[in-house]
Amino acid sequence: MFGTTIILAFRAIRRHMLRSFLTILGIVIGVAAVVTMVTLGNGATAAVQEQISSLGSNILQVRPGQGFGRGGGGPQPPDFKPEDVDAIRNQVAGVTAVAPMAQSTGTAVREGANWSTTINGTTSDYFIAQQWPMAAGRTFSSAEEQAGKAVCILGNTVRTNLFRQEDPIGQRFRIKDITCTVIGVLQTRGQGGFGNDQDDVVLMPIKTVQRRFAGTRDIRVIMVAVDPAYETGSVQESLSALLRERRGIIGGKEDDFNIFDTKQIADTLSGTTQILTALLGAVAAVSLLVGGIGIMNIMLVSVTERTREIGIRLAIGAVAREVMMQFLVEAVALACLGGVIGIVIALAASLALAPVLRVPFSFDVQINLLAFVFSAAIGVIFGYFPARRAASLNPIDALRHE
Amino acid sequence: MTADAPIIQLRNVTKTFGSGPAAFQALKGVDLDIAAGDFVAVMGPSGSGKSTTMNILGCLDVPTSGAFLFKGVHVERLDRDQRALLRRKYFGFVFQGFNLLPRTSALENVELPLLYRGEEKHKRREVAMQALDKVGLKDWWDHTPGELSGGQQQRVAIARAIVTQPDVLLADEPTGNLDTARSLEIMELLSEFNATGITVLMVTHEPDMAAYARTVVHFRDGLVERVDQHHHQGQAVGS
Ligand SMILES: Nc1ncnc2c1ncn2[C@@H]1O[C@H](COP(=O)(O)OP(=O)(O)OP(=O)(O)O)[C@@H](O)[C@H]1O
Ligand SMILES: [Mg+2]
Repeated sequence: MFGTTIILAFRAIRRHMLRSFLTILGIVIGVAAVVTMVTLGNGATAAVQEQISSLGSNILQVRPGQGFGRGGGGPQPPDFKPEDVDAIRNQVAGVTAVAPMAQSTGTAVREGANWSTTINGTTSDYFIAQQWPMAAGRTFSSAEEQAGKAVCILGNTVRTNLFRQEDPIGQRFRIKDITCTVIGVLQTRGQGGFGNDQDDVVLMPIKTVQRRFAGTRDIRVIMVAVDPAYETGSVQESLSALLRERRGIIGGKEDDFNIFDTKQIADTLSGTTQILTALLGAVAAVSLLVGGIGIMNIMLVSVTERTREIGIRLAIGAVAREVMMQFLVEAVALACLGGVIGIVIALAASLALAPVLRVPFSFDVQINLLAFVFSAAIGVIFGYFPARRAASLNPIDALRHE
Repeated sequence: MTADAPIIQLRNVTKTFGSGPAAFQALKGVDLDIAAGDFVAVMGPSGSGKSTTMNILGCLDVPTSGAFLFKGVHVERLDRDQRALLRRKYFGFVFQGFNLLPRTSALENVELPLLYRGEEKHKRREVAMQALDKVGLKDWWDHTPGELSGGQQQRVAIARAIVTQPDVLLADEPTGNLDTARSLEIMELLSEFNATGITVLMVTHEPDMAAYARTVVHFRDGLVERVDQHHHQGQAVGS
């Protein structure tokens, strides 16, 4: 009985190719839109999350001032001192690395090659905090750090621009007005969370930068890596308490420094892409609904158009249930077919669009499965009404129908 | 042919269409017995209730009052699906307008009743081909109705009606859309199938066609006016 119904439904679909195609067009477009949106959106989220994890996990960035956009008036709060760094390292529990940062910019020159880049003065703790391994060479020795030697570690962009294919380790080049020796090269990191090139950097011992470029011992930023076993919030609190004490802020006075949790930006950023994905998916889902209504529309027309056929079937001895099943199976088969075609189109579109939009292609079984089940459900829901109508026809009236 | 109880009995059957002041009584108390194996022609002026009666006999419709017994079963007491199953098992229909499924090959059209009976594929093919052979269209099995002449289409319809070896074949003006030569072919076929034991009931306006029947039922104004027996084709069947 069910086999018969399926045979009949597929015969009907085959016999009305054009109409079948038009019927499923809405579903095809709807499913393709949803799956493409979600696939690309997931890719974007994954990309953002990867970039963010490349910032290093659980890092607190400590800066003077009251955070972004505040503290306009009044005297500029003082920068940190090297003693603050030692105090944090020794007195705050749950800290794995503390890296002071002093920044400068300058042009690196070597044998006619020019490259303007960022110079970061820091300590070897920086590589621990950032979880940024070396591609070649080594990090600063404590002797180099203490003495403020002119040694440097290159980001890959700087290495390529200055040395091309050559091995840079042990080579020298000029940056600003000093000559420095390359002791290491960092692994490639790619784009950062804000679209910046993280590999466009030259790292030197912080003392070197302070003495040769800045002329002060001031530290603009301290990076504090938190032990994953500790609660970031509580580490942040004890860090804040320590700095308040050291900077002489008492009572209800506001902090004159701010602690920035990178994980927080990470969550905010990936949360944003997720919301965007959901939003785009929802818009696309509406088109899927419209596709479902399209199926109902054309199935209803089909019932009217095939009234005579239904009459013939009833006269020949089809019971109402069989006629109903035929139309229902037809609708479901069409909807499923539409779903499958939509998924195939979506995968092709995602594969084609992913490189253009610079997001990774990530195949999500769940959304594909969901889209398929959803189109089948649309077939059942929107096919039911026309099918019931077909089955309720009176055979004599149906036969007489022109 | 047999002395058994009539296969079809109508007892004081009325049929009213519509209700209230617009109500129209198409049948006003029809009494009719049809013996198994008979070949019956139904005649009468337009609007006299021939098609209405045929629809009731074919279990497509139910009387407003009165009784319709098929093989002793009160059809008027059956529900929609039970009547559908009765049609599936015992009846074959031939319509004036052929009523074949469009864009469907002759073979698939003939197969359709077998499909609803749940016959398996190779049996369906075989039996349907035999039926097409009986109406002389074996070589046309893969043609769709659009590729067949009216006479051929009606022969396909007849093949579809007899493919299940029904007890009763109902034909409402089967030759109404055909020329005389084509009509006579159809009548020959109906006679042949009647000879194999199928009870044939046929509505016609043409005495030439009615001449093939053994029994002629005349309708007028929703009543059976007269029943004639033709003795030329064999023994008479009482009404
Ligand atoms: N569904 C219906 N609703 C209302 N009236 C109907 C309906 N079916 C038939 N009638 C009426 O019942 C009467 C008998 O109709 P019927 O079709 O049985 O006539 P007929 O004898 O077959 O005529 P014809 O030779 O023209 O086919 C007609 O007056 C017709 O208008
Ligand atoms: Mg009629």
